[in-house]
Amino acid sequence: MSGAALELIGLRHTFFPGTPSEQRALEGVSLTVDPGTFVVVIGINGSGKSTLLNGVAGSVTLDEGIVRIGGRDVTRWPEHRRAGMIGRVFQNPFSGTAPHLTVAENLAIASQRGRSRQLFRLGLSSGRRAQLAEQLASMNLGLEHRLVTPTGVLSGGQRQALTLLMATIVRPAVLLLDEHTAALDPRSAEQVLRLTEETVARDRLTTLMVTHSMHQAVRIGDRLLLVHRGRILEDFSGPRKRRLRMEDLLDRFDQLRNADMLDESAAEMLRRAYV
Amino acid sequence: MNLLVGALSVGLLLSLLTLGVFLTYRVLNRLDLTTDGSFGLGAAVAAMLLANGVHPVTATVIATIAGWLAGAATGVVHTAFGVDTLLGGILVSTALYSVQLYVMHGGDVSLAAADTLPGLAERMWTALGGPAQVTLFGTSVSAGNIAALVLFVVFVLGSMFLMERFLRTDLGLAVRATGDNPQMARALGVDVGFMVTLGLVMANGLIALSGALFAQYQGFANVQMGLGIVVVGLACLIVGEALVGRSGPARQVTGVLIGTIVFRLLVAAALRAGLDANALKLVTAVFVLIALVLPRALGRALRPSPRPPVAA
Repeated sequence: MSGAALELIGLRHTFFPGTPSEQRALEGVSLTVDPGTFVVVIGINGSGKSTLLNGVAGSVTLDEGIVRIGGRDVTRWPEHRRAGMIGRVFQNPFSGTAPHLTVAENLAIASQRGRSRQLFRLGLSSGRRAQLAEQLASMNLGLEHRLVTPTGVLSGGQRQALTLLMATIVRPAVLLLDEHTAALDPRSAEQVLRLTEETVARDRLTTLMVTHSMHQAVRIGDRLLLVHRGRILEDFSGPRKRRLRMEDLLDRFDQLRNADMLDESAAEMLRRAYV
Repeated sequence: MNLLVGALSVGLLLSLLTLGVFLTYRVLNRLDLTTDGSFGLGAAVAAMLLANGVHPVTATVIATIAGWLAGAATGVVHTAFGVDTLLGGILVSTALYSVQLYVMHGGDVSLAAADTLPGLAERMWTALGGPAQVTLFGTSVSAGNIAALVLFVVFVLGSMFLMERFLRTDLGLAVRATGDNPQMARALGVDVGFMVTLGLVMANGLIALSGALFAQYQGFANVQMGLGIVVVGLACLIVGEALVGRSGPARQVTGVLIGTIVFRLLVAAALRAGLDANALKLVTAVFVLIALVLPRALGRALRPSPRPPVAA
């Protein structure tokens, strides 16, 4: 097996090609991620960062490029097959769980990720139920007492925490987090972020986390990618990443603006970051 | 014949139809109009085979397999060609109308002279020394009717048990997740297209089985039998959910059974009270419409303020 956990070569994608709403989301993105690295991806709306994640997961079929996970070329694999190697948490807290199924049932489904679904085995034997309760208890959210609650009635924060556990209950080769705290209130966002850091550190997960927040981008992760107009413009890792401060990142965005590469939405993001 | 036993028998065998509608409409979260075609197909196949002297058990099994194929056809139209299941179901059920006419060599087949499952049950009843007359609900019921009733009870309870169990297996959970949140299912490695097809196959098998039993019970099959039957299934499903609730597979499956029987009893009572039989489909359709719309309208009326945003 080659050394890289994730290898992307020349990813390109255009939405609605040949129409007035044509949008070039990825314009040649290449990236190699070492095992156990926590990569944070930052960029403004429409920079292509979500398309990058969706391209890795297979929810978007890319126009060009190669995706290798753990040394295996998965470019032609459909999304559900790649899911055997990928754990995902989405931005929308409703996306990651089945609302009418209980907490335990959702976890049982997640615990079979990458395996074939058996007809003659009950999803929730008592042994499995106890094991799931134990794993939930380790998150300190009190969800272990709500195994038979439909996930639809949980709060957004609880749902994202549950989705995070579901994404990692079978160890993923790559964990993809798509602005997974953006839709939460500040307290829940902080809690989910803390759980994320703990989980990633404990299991040494190779992680790709997309975020809007410069705070998160500076504080978290081993490596930071700045994505703009479908390209990786900056790649901070090692000591450079550790030394990186908010101001540096803001300066870099300022430079982009001066180079007349930044539009109104980016300016809005900078204003928000200052407040 | 005793009206109550009649309504009970029909309710029991139609509960397999409702179970199929439940699987598509509630579990897979999509309305499957293959239902009309596969109910008629099940009746047509069973009737044709029985009229040609095939053993009732064999004929019923083959009718069920025909339903599987009908469901698979809709599933393939959906997954292979990307047609949504609603249109796919309409296409398949329209095509099946012709198939039924070919199978039956015409519009209907009589089973008056043929051996059927109820007939088989009656012979077994007599062979086991069952009395020729039984008093049930204060009236006397013939051996034939009681044997059929017992047969349907066993058949239906067995099917309900298996379905409840299936929905709790790993495979069943994957099917439920597919209907509840396909994005989540895919992200957890579930082949959504396969699960939809599997659900359609199972559902239409049950529906065709229901049609096959219905034809044997009433003694003939008719190409019109399946028309609008999906609405009957929905009505039964809604009655059951209102009476039993819908949290968890056990409750849902129980609701399917009780809802169908109660609905049939209501129909029998309404007809007896003088409801014009021609109005039955109209009344059923209006009932389903009201049952689907009323909760939402009531919700709006009782909570006039705009819905608060979902707590994050």
